Amino acid sequence: MSSNSTITFSRRAFMRTSSLAGGGMLIGFNLFQACKPKAEPPVDLSLLNYNDFNAFIKIADNGAVTIYSPNPEIGQGVKTSMPMIIAEELDVAWKDVYVEQGILDTENYQRQVAGGSQSIRFGWDALRQTGATAKQMLVNAAAARWGVDAAECSVSEGVITNAAGETLGYGDVVNEAALLEVPEEVALKEPKDYKIMGKNATNVDIDKITTGKPLFGLDYKAEGMVYAALVRPPAFGKKLVSYDDSKAKSMPGVIDVVKIGEKVRGLLAEDPSFGSKISSSDKIAVIAETTWQAFKAKEAIEAVWEDDTTVESTEDHDKKLTALLDGNEFNTMRSDGDVKKAFAEADEILERTYESPFLPHNCLEPMNFYADVTDEKVHLVGPIQTPAWKAGLVAKMLGREEKDILLEMTRMGGGFGRRLFGDFVIEAAEVSDAIRKPVKVVFTREDDMGIGVYRPAIKYRIKAGVKDGKITAYHLKEAAINDGMYGLIPNFFPAGAIENYQVDSAAYDSNITTGAWRAPYTNFLASAEQSFFDELAELMEVDKIQMRLDLLDKVDAEADERIQYSPERMKEVIKVAVEKSGWGNKPSHVYQGFVNYYCHNSHVAEVADVEIENGEPVVKKLTCVVDCGIVVNPTGAANQAEGGVIDGVGHSMYGDFTFDGGKGHAQNFDKYRLIRMREVPEVETHFIKNELSPTGLGEPTLPPAGGAIANAFKAATGNRLYQQPFTKNPELLKVPEKEVIG
Amino acid sequence: MPTYQIKVNGASKTVDVAEDTPVLWVLRDHLDLVGTKYGCGIGQCGACTVHVDGTAMRSCSLTLAQVDGKSITTIEGLSEDGSHPVQQAWKEVDVPQCGYCQAGQIMTATAFLENNPNPTEEEVKNAMHGNICRCASYTRIKKAVLTAAENMG
Ligand code: FES
Ligand code: FES
Repeated sequence: MSSNSTITFSRRAFMRTSSLAGGGMLIGFNLFQACKPKAEPPVDLSLLNYNDFNAFIKIADNGAVTIYSPNPEIGQGVKTSMPMIIAEELDVAWKDVYVEQGILDTENYQRQVAGGSQSIRFGWDALRQTGATAKQMLVNAAAARWGVDAAECSVSEGVITNAAGETLGYGDVVNEAALLEVPEEVALKEPKDYKIMGKNATNVDIDKITTGKPLFGLDYKAEGMVYAALVRPPAFGKKLVSYDDSKAKSMPGVIDVVKIGEKVRGLLAEDPSFGSKISSSDKIAVIAETTWQAFKAKEAIEAVWEDDTTVESTEDHDKKLTALLDGNEFNTMRSDGDVKKAFAEADEILERTYESPFLPHNCLEPMNFYADVTDEKVHLVGPIQTPAWKAGLVAKMLGREEKDILLEMTRMGGGFGRRLFGDFVIEAAEVSDAIRKPVKVVFTREDDMGIGVYRPAIKYRIKAGVKDGKITAYHLKEAAINDGMYGLIPNFFPAGAIENYQVDSAAYDSNITTGAWRAPYTNFLASAEQSFFDELAELMEVDKIQMRLDLLDKVDAEADERIQYSPERMKEVIKVAVEKSGWGNKPSHVYQGFVNYYCHNSHVAEVADVEIENGEPVVKKLTCVVDCGIVVNPTGAANQAEGGVIDGVGHSMYGDFTFDGGKGHAQNFDKYRLIRMREVPEVETHFIKNELSPTGLGEPTLPPAGGAIANAFKAATGNRLYQQPFTKNPELLKVPEKEVIG
Repeated sequence: MPTYQIKVNGASKTVDVAEDTPVLWVLRDHLDLVGTKYGCGIGQCGACTVHVDGTAMRSCSLTLAQVDGKSITTIEGLSEDGSHPVQQAWKEVDVPQCGYCQAGQIMTATAFLENNPNPTEEEVKNAMHGNICRCASYTRIKKAVLTAAENMG
């Protein structure tokens, strides 16, 4: 897609305007789809209806621009970058733009997607066109007032100038502009003319964050609100038999103790697609006046549990996944040529198995949600990435009309995929329905980590065949807990580069809840495949970078529509990474590891620098080169990219979560190791400058990090690492004696 | 339930809570000071960091008896308008991603800089090691602490 819009879709289809009662113009628009035929923006701001439009721009008659968007912010900066795109095309000064979280307490609840790395990508055209169309209407209004041709007017920072040099501000003509027809064709800016995009804009919530203002779900309070803590099964596979709440009920502040679960089971019976994803066991909700009282009284509940389904362990999973890899029950996701035949004819074969554990998301803000179920309505407030889906489920569960559900989103203290999964929304609704009070369900850290949702444990087995010095066959097998890779992943690099290529996936059905985790599947697949390529290059005795470039030369992305990546863009990030990291030109005490990868529509190359300290390899630096198209907000983008890299280093080094008897080995940060300040390497990020549409950034820098450090560790220690986290096998993270002495 | 007199952000407050209630929850639920965050409840993450007589402490692991007669400062009381040099440095460097850990980070950093106004990079890393940032904005946290030190110096 080019940045210059050649797409001809009707402006009228996704934006509408109205004049505000108090003066000014209101533009309603939709980011992802056309507006409903009859929808009109209101004339009164208190009636913003996100069911009809998922964002609004107000241009006041003093020229100030306010952007209202209910798009959830999980830390990826879209609350800053999306308005920047509008402001750019609207041609106003960034300092005159105000961004407000949309007020969702309207009669009709909005239906919209909250998409991690995808928000900018999908919103790009709609945001630009909306800004440009509004600008054109303002110019048309000014031209009409002057009696001149709109084409001879120019705009800079909200001021329109005609050929005679007369000027009018947006505020001067906004009331007239609001009455004009929405033009069908408008010109978009050339990237070289951007004044806002490409310049740093500080996080729009920065003042609130640095002064501790209420922003997050956990901070939300409402009149008469009480708190609920839930007694959950002590392990996956257990269900509640009975409980004694007499002690808890006598504790200070305790209002009620109720059992929930029945409604969720009803929902599961009705909607089995949701079924495998949520625990159907009864839970005991302890309701109290304060959070601490609820937490304390929860501990005083004496509950009896019994095995419902099998209680599983990591040891079992290990065997099951290996059996799947050894077996034959795969779903073939892509198959080119004939790998079997190619392996039979190969001169050399390399086969390796890689494994990764479950990982909790560990958002720093534990899961929580507010619900107030009354006869009139159901009011839900909190941090959720999938508001529309959850509102629908709550309606179904409580037998209510969807229009009675009002859901407001708060800023989120991290998402990482955990808040796509709205078990906590459902729980809050069931508790409030039971006690008929406004209530906030708050997870303790132990609830959040110990009996939550996890990245599935996965093993990959990769096999390559080499004949006459060329890679002729590549076979990737996946064995995953619950769900294997989806959709497009089998068409990522190296698909298309190797003649005989096959991707197979198999899954073991577990009762442990799993779900998307930052950069689903690729978060470990990149590490496995890119370590494999490193080893393959060693076997073939070829240059590691050249091998990758040669593979990319073979890809004809035009001929194969399924290919998701661009070989040219991939080569470019490789080239820049080689240059910026000083690849091959480092002093002998610096060991480097290389990775190139494509996911979430972005191309990334990373180089890890490792040095030996006290006989152990230490990750000192990562150089990260990203092609994510136009960078809207460089400071936000660099923050995201660095965060992704460090997150990737942290989880591949330390992230581990094992089960025994259905119970996780860690319940809190005393037993679960997250990367901390002293372990953080230097990160140097470079963005490829081009004029292509922006793509994902929240996720794609994470997957390559693990492979880059594994490859650098190999260079430093001679040991290949096949299992994450790398600290799981400390003996492999040692430099062999003789080398220390030498 | 016992009644306690505590001093928070310069004001005297009377709270009526069970004696085992951590200061964190007194601040959040009783005094409406929600800037201090709950992350782990066991002194491991630093999200709940406040100053007690100028020393950075984990409010999730402090009882009211332990702060009796002492003066507590929370993120809301660090300055009236966000103008403390550490808050300013956080803005200058544009540190936050999700932002949830940042109040705790800022409180740890301000207490540290009080005692060590000219820290080395190594000292900053050690001082901030106890505060988790799940979004891994660590590079910018370090930079902001050093920037604040420079601006204060
Ligand atoms: S909440 Fe106090 S240290 Fe984590
Ligand atoms: S900014 Fe999200 S936890 Fe630090």
